[in-house]
Amino acid sequence: MPAADFSKHLDRVDDDSLTPLHANHVKALRLSAAVTAIPLALAALVAEAVGVLPSGAVMLPASVLLAWYVVRLPLRRYRVRGYHLGKDRLRVVKGLLFRRDTVVPFGRVQHIDVERGPIERLFGLATLILRTAGTHNASVSLPGLSEQDALAMREAIREKIRRDMV
Amino acid sequence: MSTQADAPPRRTDPRGLLIKAIRGMGGAILPIAAVLVGTGGTEAAPVVVMTLLVGFFVGALLLAAISWYRLTYTTGPEDIRVEQGLLSLSARSVPYERIQDVSIERPFLARPFGLATIQFETGGGAKDEIDLRYITIEEAQRLRHLVRERREDVRDDERDSAVSLASATRSPPMFAMGPRRLAVFGLFEFSLVVFTLLLAAAQQLDFLLPFDIYERENWVRLFEGQRDRITGSGREGPLLALAGLIGVVALGIVTGIVRTFARESGFRLEHTSRGFRRQRGLFTRTDVTLPVHRVQAARVDTGFVRYRFGWHGLRFVSLASDSSGSSSHAVAPFARLEEIWPVVRAAGLEPPDETTEWRRPLPGPWFWRTIVIASVLALLGLVVSLVRGSALPLAVAAVAAVAIAVGHALAWRRRRYAKDDRQVYVRQGNLAPKLTIAPQIKLQTVEIAQGPIARWRGYASLHLGLAGGTLAIEGVPVAHAGVLREQIVDRIAAVDFSMLAGDPGPRVSGPPSP
Repeated sequence: MPAADFSKHLDRVDDDSLTPLHANHVKALRLSAAVTAIPLALAALVAEAVGVLPSGAVMLPASVLLAWYVVRLPLRRYRVRGYHLGKDRLRVVKGLLFRRDTVVPFGRVQHIDVERGPIERLFGLATLILRTAGTHNASVSLPGLSEQDALAMREAIREKIRRDMV
Repeated sequence: MSTQADAPPRRTDPRGLLIKAIRGMGGAILPIAAVLVGTGGTEAAPVVVMTLLVGFFVGALLLAAISWYRLTYTTGPEDIRVEQGLLSLSARSVPYERIQDVSIERPFLARPFGLATIQFETGGGAKDEIDLRYITIEEAQRLRHLVRERREDVRDDERDSAVSLASATRSPPMFAMGPRRLAVFGLFEFSLVVFTLLLAAAQQLDFLLPFDIYERENWVRLFEGQRDRITGSGREGPLLALAGLIGVVALGIVTGIVRTFARESGFRLEHTSRGFRRQRGLFTRTDVTLPVHRVQAARVDTGFVRYRFGWHGLRFVSLASDSSGSSSHAVAPFARLEEIWPVVRAAGLEPPDETTEWRRPLPGPWFWRTIVIASVLALLGLVVSLVRGSALPLAVAAVAAVAIAVGHALAWRRRRYAKDDRQVYVRQGNLAPKLTIAPQIKLQTVEIAQGPIARWRGYASLHLGLAGGTLAIEGVPVAHAGVLREQIVDRIAAVDFSMLAGDPGPRVSGPPSP
């Protein structure tokens, strides 16, 4: 492939064009992290209460770990996530350690789901899920959209599927 | 396109609650049995049983009522939408064009009420289809009619495919296998499955045998007895072993040939106007039709012995599953490449030629995988060696690690990928090379995936969403992966299929939408 092809497409590959998710998504991520961290917190409290080790020997490192897990990690995860709604495709980027950058052309969308879990509803968020016939990545989900955005995107994509077809 | 307003949201028929409640009583059976056993038929038993039945009925009724209240469906001008859920809300939209089939079922309990269940099949990879449980049969028919109306052209197309197949005249086959070919094929299908079965049976049924097969003494005695019987001069021992070996090999060959004949007897592949038609089988004769537009990719594979003799197999990947349960159709299981390429071309695919620009992946994925596996092995070997106080485990681990490293290096050396204007090619395998050809327009999604090492070293895996199979290119330089993805997605987006990926390409003319 001639090298000229590369430069032509480079501007479309870079990450600057990504739309960040709704700011509330960080809060939702933090809340669900907090929920999963409850057992660890309880265990640390119990270990502290038993008092075999000098006071603070368990609680201190546990608090640091918990703070990182509940406050810092969700923020980092939020920052690497993003999407780009093109005229004929949706690009979804996520993954802090294992990065996944997926493009779904609207022409391959079988159906579209909008889901709102309990935590997402608390923050007025929704997850948009595009389902295709593929075996790899049969469904591509985009969490952390505001409810209105998710519904609007669903309508927009549905509209485009329809228009292309006729 | 007119944007007529959505119909008002509807709920399913409330009488369906009764059916669900009655079905819910089924859950009471186990507790009732427990009570009957526990109370042993005392006077209290009938009361407890009644209470349980009523309890389960009311419980199921309540649950059903809540989910009934929370589920609404709307038929819009372009799609059907179902919204449901109490804690977790979900709203699903299925465009009419994506609906493959509408099935209406009338379960036994629903009949007295004139109710039915309706299911909208989208045929996608996702198993979660929309179904509405218990609506009136009139409403079900209305919905089916509505869906059909929106996409009648496609329906017609599929309906007469069945007719034309039945009346299709017997055309000369594209590929067929006679008894000679089958016999050769059978040789390569050498299988010790019968031998293993016999061994397994001996293990399962050892209580029937006159001696314990796990007792070494018994075997020694048995063979010594045999040797003595054959005049025990000692020369017959190796001969006997040889005879045993020949017996096992003969058994394996015969098994392979018999199995091959049973499966592939009378193999015929025809190319009709409706697609490929394959007939085969001795005892259960199967007759499978695979429309050309359903072919998602072609795979040419081989075995490491048959490859030396120039034999290959061709299968088509598709969403429709083959009778054997695999999602790809064997269309030429044992053939020369000269026989395979015409079939590939008939499916609208092009075999690679001299102009195909094969690229080599970066060695990163294989190199780092080797490093990780070797480190784990070394660690394991070290620990075991220390515990046991012997260097043998470490040596074994080292040999295994070297073997894995060589295997990975060879795997990388043979891996190639290519992309031209229409297709993607992936070639892999040393001793038995395999080739996958996938048309870009049939792909569903394109993903660039990178783990931590991949990001550090600047390579990526390109996962191509293939309906009915998986296709990935590993070790692509990041910049190139981005370019490949853009080009492939541009190709995909240029063509919209009316329904499944794999249906008749872009529609040239269609009736204007209402």
